[in-house]
Amino acid sequence: MSFPSLSAGRTVAGLALVTAAALTLAGCAGGSADSSADGGVDAKTATSVAAFGTLADLETAAKAEGQLNVIALPRTWANYGEILDLFAQRYPEITINEQSPDVSSAEEIQAATANEGLDTAPDVFDLGLAVALQNTDTFAAYKVQTFDEIPDALKESSGLFVGDYGGYMSIGYDSARFPAPTQLSDLLKPAYKGAVAINGDPTQAGSAFAAVGLATVQNDGTLDDFTPGIEFFGELNKAGNFLKVDPTDATIASGETPVVFDWDYLNAAQASAVPTWKTVVLPGTGYAGYYNQAINKDAPHPAAARLWQEFLYSDEVQNLWLKGGARPARMEAMTSAGTIDKTLAAALPTAPSDTVVPTEAQSTTAGETLGQKWATAVQ
Amino acid sequence: MTVLDQVVVPAVSEQPAPSPRGAARRSWAWLGLVPFAAYVLLFLALPTVLAVGSGFVGRGGAFTLDNVAALGDPLVLSTFANSAWVSLVTAVIGSVVGALVCWALLGLAETGAVRTAVDAASGVLAQFGGVMLAFVLIAAIGAQGVVTVMLRQLTGISLYENGVWLYDLPGVVVAYLVFQIPLMVLTFMPALAALKPQWVEAHLTLGGTKGGFCRHVGIPVLAPSFLASLLLLFANAFSSYATAAALASQGSQIVPLQIRTALTSETVLGRENLAGALALGMIVVVAGVMVVYALIQRRAARWQA
Repeated sequence: MSFPSLSAGRTVAGLALVTAAALTLAGCAGGSADSSADGGVDAKTATSVAAFGTLADLETAAKAEGQLNVIALPRTWANYGEILDLFAQRYPEITINEQSPDVSSAEEIQAATANEGLDTAPDVFDLGLAVALQNTDTFAAYKVQTFDEIPDALKESSGLFVGDYGGYMSIGYDSARFPAPTQLSDLLKPAYKGAVAINGDPTQAGSAFAAVGLATVQNDGTLDDFTPGIEFFGELNKAGNFLKVDPTDATIASGETPVVFDWDYLNAAQASAVPTWKTVVLPGTGYAGYYNQAINKDAPHPAAARLWQEFLYSDEVQNLWLKGGARPARMEAMTSAGTIDKTLAAALPTAPSDTVVPTEAQSTTAGETLGQKWATAVQ
Repeated sequence: MTVLDQVVVPAVSEQPAPSPRGAARRSWAWLGLVPFAAYVLLFLALPTVLAVGSGFVGRGGAFTLDNVAALGDPLVLSTFANSAWVSLVTAVIGSVVGALVCWALLGLAETGAVRTAVDAASGVLAQFGGVMLAFVLIAAIGAQGVVTVMLRQLTGISLYENGVWLYDLPGVVVAYLVFQIPLMVLTFMPALAALKPQWVEAHLTLGGTKGGFCRHVGIPVLAPSFLASLLLLFANAFSSYATAAALASQGSQIVPLQIRTALTSETVLGRENLAGALALGMIVVVAGVMVVYALIQRRAARWQA
C-alpha cells in the first residue's frame, strides 16, 4: 500500500482545519514593493515559474544571484547530502551555503528573524508541521510546476508551505542482539533491558514527539490525549529498559543505543553503518509525519530559493528522497505515471493499515500534556 | 635563612597601595580599566540585561509577568531543586576530594614529576566538560562501555542492574565530578601551598600542638579560599549545560536544559520568553549564594583578625 492513503477521515478533517488556519494568515504574506528585479521580474513576489517566463529564465535569475542559503539540512538526513551535491553539480554558478545543519525547526525561524535584512538569512526552510503552521506570516507563497501532483492533504493551498518528504514512526533495532518487536508491549520485556531510546526529548524534538504519539495510538489511545503514550514510556523507564541518552549515528554504531524510535527513513539509513540494523513499522495504527518546504519571504536570494523548490519537486530529486528511505510528496502521482523508482519504493517498510497525523489543535494539547507529565513520567 | 624570617610573612596585606609618583598619573589610572570594563559591559552585562528583560515581555512584545509567574510552576521548581542539588553535591564532593588531593600533594616536591603531572592533568581536566566528556563517559562506562563490559566479564558485576543511571542525574553528578575535582586542585593548591611548614614548626616550638595549629592558624587562613573555591565549583556546576545535554536528554531535569527547551522546542511553541525568566531565576540563586559567601567572608575576617 502506498503511503498517501492519508485519506483516513480524521486526517482530512485535520488538514482542512490546518488549511483554514493557514488561509487566514495568507494575507500577511503578500510581497513587499522592494524589488530585486532581474529583467523586470520581482523574484520576491513570484508565486510560480510563470512570473519569470520559463524555467530557463528562473535559472538565469537564480544564477545571477549566485548564492543559496539553506539551513538545518543534515547531509545524512533523508539523503540531503546527495541532493545538495546534485544541485551544486547542476548549477555550479550558485554557491550553496549550508548553515547550521543540526538546528531544530524552531531555530530555523529564529535564524530568519535574527538575520532579517542580511544576505546571510536562510532562503528556504525545511520545517516540521507545527512550526510551519505557526509561522506562515514569514513565508512567501510559491507553487512549483508539479504543485497539482502533491496531495491536497500535504500542502497549504496557496503554496505558503508544501510537504516535501515524510515517513512513519518506526522502531530500529540491532537484529543481531535483539528479537524483532512485533507489538509495542514487547519492548517492556527483560530482553530489552537498558536498550530503548527515542530520538530527542518529546517536549523539544518532533521525532520524539511522534514516538510518544505512536505509543499513544498503539496503546488504544487517540491523538486527542497523549497520556497513554507517556504512561507507556513511564512503564518502560520503570522496567529499566528506557535509555535517556540522545541517540546519534555514533551511539547507534557503537551499540550503545541498540533500539531506537525514529522516522523510518532515518532508521533505514543506519543500516549502512550497522548491517544488522532493521527497521520495523508496527502493524495496526501508524503515525506519519511530513516535513515541509517554505520560502523565506525576506529571502536574500529569492530566485535561487524558488529554483531550489522546482529542483526538489522534480522527478529526479523526489526519487533521491526515496533513495534515502523517505516517502516523497509526489509519490502517488509518480507511481501512477511510472516515474517512481520501483526498486526503491518496494524496499520501504510496509505501511500500516491505518495512519494518523495530528491536527494543529491536537499537537498543541499534546505539547501541553507532555510539558506537564513527561519529566515526571521518565524520572 | 632562619625559620623566624619566614614566620613573619603576612598572609594578607592590608596596607594601602603606595601613592603614585605624580598626581597626574593617578587621574589617568582608571584608563587602564577601560578595555576590561567595556568587555564586561558588552559581553556580560548587556546580554544578561537583554536575556532577563526578555522574561518580562510576552509573545506580542507587551510587558507581562506571566513568564516570571511560571517560575512558581511545580515542574520548574523541581528543576531548580535538581540543579541546586546536583551543584551542591558536586561542589561539596569536589572541594573535599580536591582539598585532600592538594594536601597529599603538599608532601611532594613542588617541581617533582608527580606534582607537575597532577598540576598539568588538572589544568586539562578542569576544562574537559561538554560533549567530549559525555562521550568519554559513554565509551568508558556506558551500557556497552569498555569498563562496563570488562567488569561484567571479569567479575560478573553489572553497573546497570536497575536501569542505566548514567543518562540520569546520578550520571550527571559523576560527569561533573570529572571536572570539579581538578578545578578544586587548581584553585585551592596555591592557598594550601602558602601555608608554610615553617609556621607549624614555629607553632610547635612555642609550645602549641598540631591540633591547635589547625584550629588557630590553618583553618582560619584557609577557610576563605576553601569557601571561595566551593562557591566557584557550585557556580560552575550550576551553569554547566553541554555535558548534561549530551548525557541526559530526557525530561530537561536541570535549569539550563529547561532554558534550551524553552528556546528551541519544535513541539511546544511560543515559550521563548520563559527562557529569560528562567535565567532571572538562576541569577537570583547565584546572587543568594554570593550573599551567603559574603556573610561567611565577614565571619572569616573575624577569625583572621
